[in-house]
Amino acid sequence: MANHPPETEHSTTHHIVPTRVYYGVFAALLVLTGVTTWIAYIDLGRFNIYVALTIAVIKASLVMLFFMHVRYSSKLTKVIVASGVFWLMIMFLMTMSDLATRGWMRVPGR
Amino acid sequence: MITATPTQHEPKNYINSDYGIKSWLLTQDHKRIAILYLIVVTAFFFLGGLFAVLIRIELATPAGDLVDSNVYNKLFTMHGIIMVFFFLIPSIPAILGNFLIPLMIGAKDLAFPKINLLSWYIYVAGGVFTLYALMRGGVDTGWTFYTPFSTSYSNSYVIATGLGIFINGFSAILTGLNFIVTIHRMRAPGMTWFRLPLFVWAHYATSMIQVLGTPVIAVTLLLLILERGLHIGIFDPALGGDPVLYQHLFWFYSHPAVYIMILPAMGVVSEIISCFCKKAPFGYSFIAFSSIAIAVFGFLVWGHHLFVSSQSVYAGMVFSMLSYLVAIPSAIKVFNWTSTMYKASVEMSTPMLYAIGFIGLFTIGGLTGLFVAALGIDVHVTDTYFVVAHFHYIMVGGAIMGFLGGIHFWWPKITGRMYADTWSKLSAIIIFVGFNLTFFPQFILGYLGMPRRYHVYPPEFQVFNVLSSAGASILGFGYLLPFCYLLYSLKFGPKAPANPWGAVGLEWQTSSPPISENFEVTPVVTQDAYQYSTREEVKVG
Ligand SMILES: [Cu+2]
Repeated sequence: MANHPPETEHSTTHHIVPTRVYYGVFAALLVLTGVTTWIAYIDLGRFNIYVALTIAVIKASLVMLFFMHVRYSSKLTKVIVASGVFWLMIMFLMTMSDLATRGWMRVPGR
Repeated sequence: MITATPTQHEPKNYINSDYGIKSWLLTQDHKRIAILYLIVVTAFFFLGGLFAVLIRIELATPAGDLVDSNVYNKLFTMHGIIMVFFFLIPSIPAILGNFLIPLMIGAKDLAFPKINLLSWYIYVAGGVFTLYALMRGGVDTGWTFYTPFSTSYSNSYVIATGLGIFINGFSAILTGLNFIVTIHRMRAPGMTWFRLPLFVWAHYATSMIQVLGTPVIAVTLLLLILERGLHIGIFDPALGGDPVLYQHLFWFYSHPAVYIMILPAMGVVSEIISCFCKKAPFGYSFIAFSSIAIAVFGFLVWGHHLFVSSQSVYAGMVFSMLSYLVAIPSAIKVFNWTSTMYKASVEMSTPMLYAIGFIGLFTIGGLTGLFVAALGIDVHVTDTYFVVAHFHYIMVGGAIMGFLGGIHFWWPKITGRMYADTWSKLSAIIIFVGFNLTFFPQFILGYLGMPRRYHVYPPEFQVFNVLSSAGASILGFGYLLPFCYLLYSLKFGPKAPANPWGAVGLEWQTSSPPISENFEVTPVVTQDAYQYSTREEVKVG
């Protein structure tokens, strides 16, 4: 038990990322924040929400993949992250199962 | 196993390895952190209990003579908030789970000892916020914080309390994260997944809920605070929001939260029953996977709290059906425990009394859960004492019986002392009787139509309310007894041997109390859990 695991096994979890990747991601986040602000002044009608959410999802993905190192992590970590996203989808989907079907009974308030 | 030293000095263990308040407040030993949790969680339990006492005294008579309706609103709100967030959720995981998981899997500590200590400080910080709100005048929204009352109308300390629960949530997330990583990465050689004690499986499932669900309640309360403070318009229809959205988000966490309370108790019961029947639990893998199934299904049923809101009928039907699904893994567990006891020589020890009590009370709580999951019956009993009785059978009859059973089962291991057997059996029976007398009449009250959260009621309901208040006084007395004789045992109880119950499981193979490193040498596991029969053969041969 005293033996340490071989270093090669460990090196995959400590992937060295060049700093320019971080600066690049940071710049991308700033640009996308600018885009969000700019587009907020343009009325796209019912597409307002879709555009805003798409930008938000891209930004969150960038943070998760690079800043949180998910891109360089083990399969198990990726499964855990995916399950978090999956649970979020459960929350949206089943909440929408209420919001999207209100009024189907044609009884006021149902 | 026990290293007997020839000198008179007590052998070193995690309690006497270091002295002074600093050695406790800065400890990274999972066993000491469990003790820190035990102290604060117990304090919150008695504080929450005090509110319950005041509620039951008020309800002994139909007139509102002890407190006015404003104070009464605050009493049941603070009772709920303290019991749910500051007692039930941390009770078994943060105390028994913290103490036992590393011991059970043959590890020296949890994966992140510093984060473990941090979780305790976060828990205390959340508690301080909530106590501050309490002392400034409390909250009157009910522990559910429903909008629009909580955002627009309540004149009480909603924001401070909400922040307290928000902070407290991170403590549960960190504990859950720590358990998941520990169970994945720190198992002793030979401790495969299907050799894990069922207590560990239960905590793995619980940790999943804590990590996946708790962020949602944290964000929901944050939105509530923003809505109340800045009127951002997410729950207010006048600003384009939806008050029922709050209920969706709240129950997305708060229904699974019930499983954060009950799953660890089920893990405790599996250990106790196996030990005092001296045989492996019937259907190990069924019990293990039913824990996971409960954790997953538990996230799909929250809409059953919204049947009388403006939730659509179609969503109501889906949520009702899915709620029935949860009954399957729950029933699997109950049947497996009873099958384990079938034809076993059952030893009626104190922990076993609690475990048997758990099975009965959880079954009543679970079955009445099916009543309220049915769309039609729920309309009749929503917001009545029927619902109050139902969830107290689960949360008090289930979770607290499991907690007390576990405390009695592992007390010799945790403290190195034995408690008085007669007293402990007596109080287990007092608690069981007091519990049923308190809450069974509430089923009848609710079915007859007495609504919850009112401090005055028509005189025809008085008989059942008096019965309930009488039961509550017995129950309260029953909870004080263990507090006294367990404290007494710390100083005057006989020294506990390493394995007082003749149990298998790694935690019983080290000394009582364990040394700081848990084991002299890292154990190597060569057989499945609960090998009681082979153990006896070894004894004979
Ligand atoms: Cu529920």
